[in-house]
Amino acid sequence: MNAQSSARFVNVGERTNVTGSAAFKKLILAGDYAKAVEVARQQVENGAQVIDVNMDEGLLDAVHAMTTFLKLIAAEPDIARVPVMIDSSKWEVIEAGLKCVSGKPIVNSISMKEGEEPFLEQARKCMDYGAAVVVMAFDEKGQADTKDRKVEICERAYKLLTGIGFPPEDIIFDPNVFAVATGIEEHNNYGVDFIEAVREIRQRCPHVHFSGGLSNLSFSFRGNEPVRRAMHSIFLYHAIPAGLDMAIVNAGQLDVYDTIDPALREACEDVILNRDPGATERLITLAESFKGTDAKAEKEAEEWRGWDVTRRIEHALVKGIDAHIVEDTEEARAAIFAKGGRPIEVIEGPLMDGMNTVGDLFGSGKMFLPQVVKSARVMKKAVAHLIPFIEAEKTLLGTEAQSKGRIVMATVKGDVHDIGKNIVGVVLQCNGYEVIDLGVMVPWSKIIETAIAEKADMIGLSGLITPSLDEMVTVAEEMERAGLSIPLLIGGATTSRLHTALKIDPAYTGPVIHVLDASRAVGVASQLLSDTQRDGFVESTAADYQHMRDVRAGKEPTVLLSLEDARANAFRADFSDKPMPPEQPGLHMFDDWDLADLVGCFDWTPFFRAWELAGNFPAILDDEVVGESATALYNDAIAMLEKIVGEKWLTAKGVCGFWPCARDGDDVELYLTEEERHVRLPFLRQQIRKSRDRANYCLADFIDPDGDWIGGFAVGIHGIEPHLERFRAAHDDYSDILLKALADRFAEAFAERLHQHVRTTLWGYAPGEQLTNEALIREEYRGIRPAPGYPACPDHSLKPILFDLLDAPANAGLTLTESFAMLPTAAVSGFYFAHPQSEYFGVARIGRDQVEDYAARRGTDLATTERWLRPNLD
Amino acid sequence: MTPREQFLAEAAKRILIIDGAFGTEIQQRKLTEADYAGSLGLSKDQKGNNDILAITRPDVPEAIHRAYFEAGADIAETNTFSANRISQADYGAEHLVREINVESARLARRVADEFATDGRPRFVAGAIGPTNKTLSLSPDVNDPGFREIGWDELVDVYREQAAALVEGGADFILIETVFDTLNAKAGIMAVREVERDLGREVPIMLSMTLTDLSGRNLSGHTVEAFWYAVRHARPLTIGLNCSFGATQLRPHVRALSAIADAAIMVYPNAGLPNELGQYDELPEETAALVKEWAAAGQVNVLGGCCGSTPAHIAAIARAAKSLPPRVIPQLDAVTRLAGLEPFVMAA
Repeated sequence: MNAQSSARFVNVGERTNVTGSAAFKKLILAGDYAKAVEVARQQVENGAQVIDVNMDEGLLDAVHAMTTFLKLIAAEPDIARVPVMIDSSKWEVIEAGLKCVSGKPIVNSISMKEGEEPFLEQARKCMDYGAAVVVMAFDEKGQADTKDRKVEICERAYKLLTGIGFPPEDIIFDPNVFAVATGIEEHNNYGVDFIEAVREIRQRCPHVHFSGGLSNLSFSFRGNEPVRRAMHSIFLYHAIPAGLDMAIVNAGQLDVYDTIDPALREACEDVILNRDPGATERLITLAESFKGTDAKAEKEAEEWRGWDVTRRIEHALVKGIDAHIVEDTEEARAAIFAKGGRPIEVIEGPLMDGMNTVGDLFGSGKMFLPQVVKSARVMKKAVAHLIPFIEAEKTLLGTEAQSKGRIVMATVKGDVHDIGKNIVGVVLQCNGYEVIDLGVMVPWSKIIETAIAEKADMIGLSGLITPSLDEMVTVAEEMERAGLSIPLLIGGATTSRLHTALKIDPAYTGPVIHVLDASRAVGVASQLLSDTQRDGFVESTAADYQHMRDVRAGKEPTVLLSLEDARANAFRADFSDKPMPPEQPGLHMFDDWDLADLVGCFDWTPFFRAWELAGNFPAILDDEVVGESATALYNDAIAMLEKIVGEKWLTAKGVCGFWPCARDGDDVELYLTEEERHVRLPFLRQQIRKSRDRANYCLADFIDPDGDWIGGFAVGIHGIEPHLERFRAAHDDYSDILLKALADRFAEAFAERLHQHVRTTLWGYAPGEQLTNEALIREEYRGIRPAPGYPACPDHSLKPILFDLLDAPANAGLTLTESFAMLPTAAVSGFYFAHPQSEYFGVARIGRDQVEDYAARRGTDLATTERWLRPNLD
Repeated sequence: MTPREQFLAEAAKRILIIDGAFGTEIQQRKLTEADYAGSLGLSKDQKGNNDILAITRPDVPEAIHRAYFEAGADIAETNTFSANRISQADYGAEHLVREINVESARLARRVADEFATDGRPRFVAGAIGPTNKTLSLSPDVNDPGFREIGWDELVDVYREQAAALVEGGADFILIETVFDTLNAKAGIMAVREVERDLGREVPIMLSMTLTDLSGRNLSGHTVEAFWYAVRHARPLTIGLNCSFGATQLRPHVRALSAIADAAIMVYPNAGLPNELGQYDELPEETAALVKEWAAAGQVNVLGGCCGSTPAHIAAIARAAKSLPPRVIPQLDAVTRLAGLEPFVMAA
């Protein structure tokens, strides 16, 4: 994750805190600031997104220690790149810190302990210094322990702060995590009190964040690290969905929820959620047996395990079996070492031989992407084992291994989708290329800096949503400006050869190549890096693109109707047949839709397409060419689905709502009666000249000007990060991609299932509807659910309006990036139109007159509007 | 209307023009030590102390202001870049700081009001330079924790200057050429204190200067991180000045324009200096470059910094005349923090 991204859950590093780290305290007390600075550096390297600095120690001059340390880390760009949390219970220490920190820090903390006046005085100072602030749930009467007290204090603080103009988004509440399982009955509900308070405060105080210090929670189990870790993980597992989005925690010391021993997990859960009075006793008893334990898995011996090591490695690579690869790699390394060879020879020998076999099989269509990705997982683990040996040798000899080429890859700024990019990365790595993957939401400066610093041979950009196209042009322009000449590869669902030729290629004099899918990536990369083929390939591609531009320039664009004429040819719906008002108007929230129910609604065909396996489900499983591979993938998917559902890896959250409305021209105006406001949804109309009897559609056509109803929804799949984290740590790209692809399926299935629930129950205009899953997939029902950013409604920027109507951040935990991509990534949102004649269509190309008209209706300036509608303009 | 409201009303109508360089204009007049020193009887040589001319040769800055207004400027910057206690100490003139600033603002105000009789408002921005001391960096490579100056001292320095500029009639305080973000934050604090003393708002303009092509200032902040670090000032304008020429600023103007809910003001140098340290970018060249930003809807105020002349400002004013100003966007309420790099928390 890079610093530019919008973080959903923020890890605050806690090692530079004298009250939390004995080692750090020792360094500071000894005045060894050089080593103390290294502690901060390690934290940032290990992924802390904010670093907490606390010098509250009786033996220290805290003001001096705080300012000295902050000034020192300001001189370290690796550390100073992240924001600082200035942590002290003394205001004078905080203010001294604020005078040393550039950037925008967080103050931790202030409270109403001494009353309202000092509290507001300190808050005003924070505003003047430009800092966000942690507010403790503490008032004149003391620290809040129960849910009601926490809510009462935080809400009071919120009103006071917003009353003096403090930005609500800069408030972070800490509602106090207290120790549970202390043996004192009143303490039993502290975990629940915290979680429930967060949930409630989030409703009452828009835009705020929540933080908590976890170590208090498990105070009763000092010295029993396995139990403490489990308690912290389980607490986060329940508190994060409630709204906790920041924690002062050592991320390396958390367990993955579903890897915790089930008995321990249940016992901890009983205690934290206060499920019964005997919970504490049970956990104390059980805890004894976890002191100093470590789980060990059993391994089965199989026939191929008896083969010689080279053959075993090839077998493991081709079959994608990672269970023994580390020991086999070590065996191969030791054997080569014994003969006086070098560790790199394991890679150049057995591993590359195995991967070449995989590459050949893939190239000849005998192996498919899912298998290749599995193979890559094995390869990565083997290489990870060898790297320390290679590094050690490098420092000894000063030599460096040669890869086929080095590629910097990134999903561009504003976009969060990376399944395709990861697949391409894996395929390239399998073929001996070194891939530097910068992740998602990467700004151009970082891409170019890395390419230059790492002497990359090429840059690969990916993006899924339309605003990413513009960002790719920016990257190309900036590469030009930076004087680069290395090839730029363009890929991702929204990209096209045409767009690359018309918009990106002209911005950059170096080679620009659109790569259709992962299977072409290796061919393109090898030609670009080949001494003999490069020039020919680059020239022919450039000529193709030039040709496309010439054709485009010479071509009369298809004649568009004027907006006026298109409106005259609007679709005229029969409003005698308009839908009834909803049975249950208003908003409907679904906190946790049953995952098993959603699996029944899966549309599997797009799942296989994501893996570049062509064919419809279920026929694809018996397909002559890809059947075997598809079946293997399907089986792996089913196995993972069982875990996802059984162990509750994911949470499906959604919200939908219905509002009275009326059509007004090409707008639909919604009446929010409770809030006494109107919301205008502007839609776009087709302007392509139609054959005689076809209308020029606009979504507004399906709404009655004399009063009607419209709906909206947003659904998202939460909880994927810890699992992805686990897979990444295990170098397991296959599971990483598989889980993301399944999460996407869950989101789509949830949208489909929710729409059905809307038709039959909530809106209820089709109460007797009985459709099979196949019929659902074929959309054989009444009404449509078009999504912003898709053909009938191509403007992604309607999403903020929809999200606001639904309060999707609070009600479904969904947020938008600057380019209106949804987070979490597996999410679907859209509008409900219920008229029986409503149907999907594509707006396609629109004229300048409509863009101007739309900009005026939308209330945005022309340039912004053009940016959002770019794909519909030329 | 308050100065803020009046400025925003004008900025909504058209791209506003801020004036150009003073240093090069003064240089051309070939003033002597006697011109600078006047009858003040200071112990040190004053030649090169441009800011003191407000007392000793007020006709000089006044004529330059007049030339820029005639060229089409809407905003005059007071000639006070170095009129702070730290910089004036080099000339032994630190006791004259208040007087220099009051007089500079007064004469700019007088010329501005004279031109405003045509019905178009003219503004005076009280310019505050960065001083030559920095809060974030140690001048001693062997002692990275050392600082030449502390926060409280710098706030006092800025406060003295800002109060005098407002007293002399400045509409806004322009904290410019920010190479150290923490210095700018101290400047913001100083203006807040002046506001509290006066009991009214003193709008702030902020302008960062880049020291490397990747888009960071000397304290290491990216353009985005800088914006998040100073956004609490609710500045009237945020932008870039000096740095390099317009060509090099282009991507950073674009980045800032996309994220700032304040007016964007950019006044670059007239290109990069040649081997002799002279700026030889022609007025029409500079104008053509900054016009690209205007055409892309990325700016609200344009002008010039080092090397620019009334001819440059006139060319920029002509180029921007027909183009609409940037529409200031509204930002979502999400948490924007910053180290040297920006960090945004999801809503």
